[in-house]
Amino acid sequence: MEISDKLIQVRDLKKYYNGENIKALNGISIDINKGDVMVVIGPSGSGKSTFLRSLNLLEIPTSGSIIFEGVDITQKRGPDGKKLDIDLHRQKMGMVFQHFNLFPHKTILQNMTLAPVKVKGMPLADAEKKAMDLLTRVGLADRADAFPIQLSGGQKQRVAIVRALAMEPDVMLFDEPTSALDPEMVGEVLDVMRGLARSGMTMVVVTHEMGFAREVGNRVVFMDDGKILEEGTPDSVFNHPQNERLQDFLSKVLV
Amino acid sequence: MNFATIGQNIIKLFIKYWDKFLITGLEYTLSLAAITVCVGAVFGALIALMRMSRVAPLRWIAAVYTEIIRGTPMLLQLYLFYFALPMLIPILNKQQYACVAIALVCNSAAYVSEIIRSGIQAVDIGQTEAARSLGLSQRLTMTEIILPQAIKNILPALANEFIMVIKDTSLASTFFIGDLMTQCLLVKGATYLTIEPLVIVGIIYFVLTFILSKLVGVMERRMRRGDIR
Repeated sequence: MEISDKLIQVRDLKKYYNGENIKALNGISIDINKGDVMVVIGPSGSGKSTFLRSLNLLEIPTSGSIIFEGVDITQKRGPDGKKLDIDLHRQKMGMVFQHFNLFPHKTILQNMTLAPVKVKGMPLADAEKKAMDLLTRVGLADRADAFPIQLSGGQKQRVAIVRALAMEPDVMLFDEPTSALDPEMVGEVLDVMRGLARSGMTMVVVTHEMGFAREVGNRVVFMDDGKILEEGTPDSVFNHPQNERLQDFLSKVLV
Repeated sequence: MNFATIGQNIIKLFIKYWDKFLITGLEYTLSLAAITVCVGAVFGALIALMRMSRVAPLRWIAAVYTEIIRGTPMLLQLYLFYFALPMLIPILNKQQYACVAIALVCNSAAYVSEIIRSGIQAVDIGQTEAARSLGLSQRLTMTEIILPQAIKNILPALANEFIMVIKDTSLASTFFIGDLMTQCLLVKGATYLTIEPLVIVGIIYFVLTFILSKLVGVMERRMRRGDIR
């Protein structure tokens, strides 16, 4: 595989809390390629959310490197010797949170145009047109002037996804995007994610939705105790698990 | 002591000196309180930002400042500022009003900074994370996302602080600034009546703070309505 196919290279990533007492990440190394839909599964406290949040430095790793589009973003200085501007890299990494985190004091449209206008300097009219296009794609164009509080959980999460997409990111990070949703709303969010995967977007998804992992993911990563214990295609991970703890985990969840 | 006489005296006093209470006294009390809260809010915001700064010495200075101000009596601070300020800054010599106002501002800033800090910290951390993940800088996150939500948390508490300050300004009468309590002392001196002017001024303070606290209540309900929609 060519280097250019590698969007994110993670090398020996470690995250310790409380000195060295809690090892949330204990040496993660993995490559995320363009077009990958990587689904990260594992029990609670396995470090999968910490791993995802490290990718755009919402968690600052204790050691190790994250090379995103050729730049090690864990370094203080970029390859040009200047201070590394993490905001610049975060623009290219969309993130979707478990609790949506829409901005409650702004309308849906304002939620979506804020970053393109303020960060990228896009003219407001262009940003609004793009936002409306995206909202139409997820069937929420008629809610553009609503406030987040007026939306259902599923609607909020769909808005959160297109808000991140409005920045035209190169990769989308999903941190348990359906865990805070009522069961009947999980489907609509997964549908949007499925469509996104089909469009070729690189995605890293931390989830408990095994069905989604099996159907949409092209790679499945199993984490426990801050380590990657098994990695492979959905078929190999779900149907022929090698690691004992993965077998144990799969026996406890519905697949 | 005869309550009927006191009642009559109160009415007589009020008729004779109403302008001292309701014009001069109220003017000084309200202007002192307004200056204190407005300027105090600006300095308070500054101290709050210092307390949340990434630069450790700024954090320490702000913490020490708020702890000292909150840990010493206000009357002591008034005395200290009243006597020390003119020594440090000669133009403040004989400027009692300015010295007292500065003391009140310094005091209020410490309390307001805690109000602002708690208001900012009450905004869900997820808001910051969402903003930063979209590529917004720390500054933009603060001005676009955190502060607009924090102000909503802060406003009622700030209005309550204004009510507290109105009462605190009575301490300024120690230096005969001209506020309501000073008028009380002046009338007492002119009439040799003690209880009556106290009752009058007490009623004025109460009406003032009662109306304001009701207004704050209305404001709080209005804001909560915005959450339900």
